[in-house]
Amino acid sequence: MLTNDLVKQKLIGKFPKEVTNFGEPYGMLTFEAPKELNLKVLNFLYDDELLKFRFLTDLCAVHYPDQKGRELAVVYHLHNLQDNIRVCFKVLTDINQPDIYTATGLFSSANWMERETYDFFGVNFVGHPNLKRILNVDEMDYFPLRKEYPLEDQVRIDKDDQMFGRG
Amino acid sequence: MTEHHIKLPDGSIEKTTTTLNLGPTHPATHGVFQNILELDGERIVSAEQTVGYIHRAFEKIAERRPLYQITPLTDRLNYCSAPINNLGWHLTCEKLLGIKTPKRVDYLRVIIMELARISDHLICNSIVGVDAGAYTGFLYVMQYRELIYEIYEEICGARLTTNIGRIGGFERNFNDIVFQKLEKFLREYPGVLKEFQNLFERNRIFMERTMGTGAISAERALNYGFTGPNLRAAGVDYDVRIQTPYSSYEDFDFIIPIGTTGDNYDRWLVRNQEMWQSLRLIEQAYQKVQEFKGAEAEVYHADVPEYYLPPKEDVYTKMEAMIWHFKIVYGEVNMPAGEVYFSVEGANGELGFYLISDGGRAPYRLHFRRPCFIYYQAYEELTKGSMLSDAIITMSSLNLIAGEMDA
Repeated sequence: MLTNDLVKQKLIGKFPKEVTNFGEPYGMLTFEAPKELNLKVLNFLYDDELLKFRFLTDLCAVHYPDQKGRELAVVYHLHNLQDNIRVCFKVLTDINQPDIYTATGLFSSANWMERETYDFFGVNFVGHPNLKRILNVDEMDYFPLRKEYPLEDQVRIDKDDQMFGRG
Repeated sequence: MTEHHIKLPDGSIEKTTTTLNLGPTHPATHGVFQNILELDGERIVSAEQTVGYIHRAFEKIAERRPLYQITPLTDRLNYCSAPINNLGWHLTCEKLLGIKTPKRVDYLRVIIMELARISDHLICNSIVGVDAGAYTGFLYVMQYRELIYEIYEEICGARLTTNIGRIGGFERNFNDIVFQKLEKFLREYPGVLKEFQNLFERNRIFMERTMGTGAISAERALNYGFTGPNLRAAGVDYDVRIQTPYSSYEDFDFIIPIGTTGDNYDRWLVRNQEMWQSLRLIEQAYQKVQEFKGAEAEVYHADVPEYYLPPKEDVYTKMEAMIWHFKIVYGEVNMPAGEVYFSVEGANGELGFYLISDGGRAPYRLHFRRPCFIYYQAYEELTKGSMLSDAIITMSSLNLIAGEMDA
């Protein structure tokens, strides 16, 4: 039976130095790898006879403006359906050069999820077949979920209320 | 040498296929999304999907809201089964905050979530019927969706965008009318579902329209991130309710129906069988709810004053209740820092919430795993080479909900 510890041992065995920052928040094994190795790690998790993480549950990004050089985190949630274990795999990248290899070769489902991540965070997935915006308009020239774009001030008074039907 | 009947102007590029814009507001698309189809006669050569017409930036908006104000946003994801989204969100918050809900709350939640699943599957399956040319089933089952909506209405006051439940439980105890209506539903609905099933299940026209169209193999379905009834129709018995039970689903006896071919017919059958299983679940949960006696029968929320608003009469008369009321409403309750992924079995797949908190009053980042956003990308593969009219059935049998897709 596969357990979090076993997954961790396997990963350390294969990538002794590269895979770091193991954690288990709320029971989910979480780890990190350098961004150049994301495909190597994903392939290992997919192909290994024991691990078999062959279902990509979710792919998204998080912006941490305070971590210089590692501002954008791309988060993969993988699921081994047979043993019912989930892991959360993170890759961090510099926001000025957010190039990350695409996972579309491994998971067809990554296609739109990567487009969404590009759309909102500007992560450039190298090798993606069709990397363009998906939910926002094509003309948009910024990445709205980054933290430098604050939500509108809730108490602003310069708006004409009549335009919003509450004049 | 081919002979052309239509003379093209000089210099124009010859094109033997037709481009058809299906959507964004086409009556056959059941939601705002566009398919740019390349047709050779009536056969589809390629399909390109455009989504995002009703994108409302929920993930960004959520970054300023306290947890309880995010519930109304989740309503608007899959609006055909809003209670599942609401309760899924509450369960995510409870996981982050470490709240243990009482058993009675879990069972009441199971009743509501399974009712929502039935109403969602009813819509999806009857719409598949409509697209195959059978309107009767759709009209026939609407009364019972109405009854489900009346049950919601008794509990939370709303019908479509329910905002049902609170962190730790429900906003109020279920009244007698809820249980009366639930009994009526349990009494009458099996007959209706049987009748509905008879209209389609062995109907020659329906079978020929749906069998073999929009099929996907189990392997491709997994690779495309299919979940829910669509994955089960392809033969993979993955159900979040069984794999990682939440809200005491482990206390119930039910089975996961699976298909074999992953085509439109199997998807229809799987959804139909799931409605029977949901009925079983509701019956069992209702029985368990009735077993609570005395003070236990009055429990409808966990004791979490930091997150659960006190009753209004206490706010005016009791000091402590007033303090909590102010702290919650003014957003002075910080949540613990942490990172949590939680998923529930939504009506059309695994609905996940990835919540990152930095210890403030609002999430640092919230990501919704919307099942139909992920599996809609398989639409081209499902429809390539098929007839246009089959592609429309495929679209409705995938149970695509624009609100969920675009978040």
